[in-house]
Amino acid sequence: MELSDQIAQYLVSGLSTGAIYALIGIGFAIIYNSTEIINFAQGELVMLGGMFALFFINFLHLPLPVAVLLAVVSTTAAGVLFERLTIRPLKSATPLSLIIITIGGSILIRGIAMLVWGKDTHALPAFSGSEPILIGTATILPQHLWIFALTVLAIVMNKFFFNYTITGKAMRACAVNKRAAGLVGIDVRKMVLFSFAISASLGSLAGIIVAPLTMTSYDVGIMLGLKGFCAAIIGGLSAGVGTVLGGLLLGILESLGAGLISSGYKDAIAFIILLLILFIRPQGLFGKAETERV
Amino acid sequence: MKFLVLALLVLLLPLVAHEGYLLNVLVFVGIHSILALALNLLLGYAGQISLGHAGFFGLGAYISGILTATYSLNPWLAMVIAAAAVTLLAFAVGFPILKLKGHYLAMATLGLGIIIYIVFNEAVDQTGGPSGLSGIPNLSIGAYSFDSDMRNYYLIWTFALVAIGLSLNLVHSRIGRALRAIHDSEVAARVIGVNARLLKVQIFALSAALSAVAGSLYAHTMTFVAPASFGFNFSVELVTMVIIGGLASIYGSLLGAALLTVLPELLRAFQDYDIIIYGLLLILMTMFLPGGLAKGLPQAASYLKTKFGKGSSADA
Repeated sequence: MELSDQIAQYLVSGLSTGAIYALIGIGFAIIYNSTEIINFAQGELVMLGGMFALFFINFLHLPLPVAVLLAVVSTTAAGVLFERLTIRPLKSATPLSLIIITIGGSILIRGIAMLVWGKDTHALPAFSGSEPILIGTATILPQHLWIFALTVLAIVMNKFFFNYTITGKAMRACAVNKRAAGLVGIDVRKMVLFSFAISASLGSLAGIIVAPLTMTSYDVGIMLGLKGFCAAIIGGLSAGVGTVLGGLLLGILESLGAGLISSGYKDAIAFIILLLILFIRPQGLFGKAETERV
Repeated sequence: MKFLVLALLVLLLPLVAHEGYLLNVLVFVGIHSILALALNLLLGYAGQISLGHAGFFGLGAYISGILTATYSLNPWLAMVIAAAAVTLLAFAVGFPILKLKGHYLAMATLGLGIIIYIVFNEAVDQTGGPSGLSGIPNLSIGAYSFDSDMRNYYLIWTFALVAIGLSLNLVHSRIGRALRAIHDSEVAARVIGVNARLLKVQIFALSAALSAVAGSLYAHTMTFVAPASFGFNFSVELVTMVIIGGLASIYGSLLGAALLTVLPELLRAFQDYDIIIYGLLLILMTMFLPGGLAKGLPQAASYLKTKFGKGSSADA
């Protein structure tokens, strides 16, 4: 295979993992914007999505669309429960203890998943077969198309929700200034709950659509979550185009690096990119610089 | 005073706990205490989070291990080289990293830790890869080799006590006050003439160096190192020790390290449930004991005292 063909192939797989990172990253950003919390349990919600889908398909033998829908709903419920039990009771917690609490939550969720589903790695069946499709010189799996389609759909729906619905606008108001939002009659606590629900559903969707390609197990959440976080940081923690581009960039560079340099160092490449970006442009590639308020 | 009590306790504890398993746990408490202390200087006093300290710990262990097992260098010399190398690295990355704040700093240190961890796994020729590096010699003075649990116990706790003494001195000095000023408000600290940027990097380097020494001690005590001990989870565990023990409390770090080392041993009886209990404890302790054990224990004691006092006065 020629080098250019190889690169085309790496681009395809990079774009699809990048789309996954983007979905997870948007989840991070939505919660961050409404609460200023980095939810370290986000990766576990991604894992829960994949594991729930697997459970509904393999054990309850439900048809795929129903299983996917149920998995998203169940994970969203888990995300909401997490917010109600751990985030809401804390009124004046420091950012540090919030980091620790979400990390504790992620350990807890991972532990429960390990007990319920065991330590084995499972593969979810591909949504519509695994017959590769030839595009130019690169082959593409139907699952890749599913990933692109569902990611675009999720992002468009997200955009619509935040720009054209009253709840979405209220959530954006909370992100700008919580007290002012409260003063004009927005129920801030409800908006925080919504942000956890939305980001759990985006995360679980990511976990479900990637599971047929990369397999899933109780501990896939850590890396996926961290990469999603990288995407969000590159995008300047915006819940929009920035994070999507950040995710795609990360996915492509990682895939090229793994293919052309060394596959063992694939995960290191993502974090080296992250460090470089933080050193050169701490506000993210697509973010605006913030001035520190004293 | 507290220090003397602690030193006496360290000296006498093996009289009660002289059994191999218990001593081994106490050796780990010692190593973890040094690590928690190192991180507390950075996190508790200077207010800068690091989610990558397991990386520095691992670098200390691996540099010591490789220099002695592969190149048969003197273990003490290897320990000094490891500490020096890690200090240099921390200085080099410290300047750009410590410009960042909050979540960005957390993410950058986390990234650094993961990169180091991946190198441990992938540089198979030097590190032995995922299966680890064995044949690391024990430390020794002349013909006296630290090769039993009891000897290691005293070796490690000597280092721990020195680290505690140095830290106590440091935080009560001009530097310690400057660090707390940075913690409260970096801008205000700058205004009164603290070179905040340099000081943050210096304390970061000191913290990393101390972790590297703990790593060397670990390598020479265990005589075997594998990447699994230095991953992201361990970085989190270290932060947990500091927070549960109490931020900006030297003795708190000791309590946190002791609790988090002994707890998994106790939870071992619950087998697979231990990770769930661990996660729950982490959440509950952060929610209900925000000041950590160092503040929570005296509070609980005074609460019990007033309650007990009231009870006895009612009796009278």
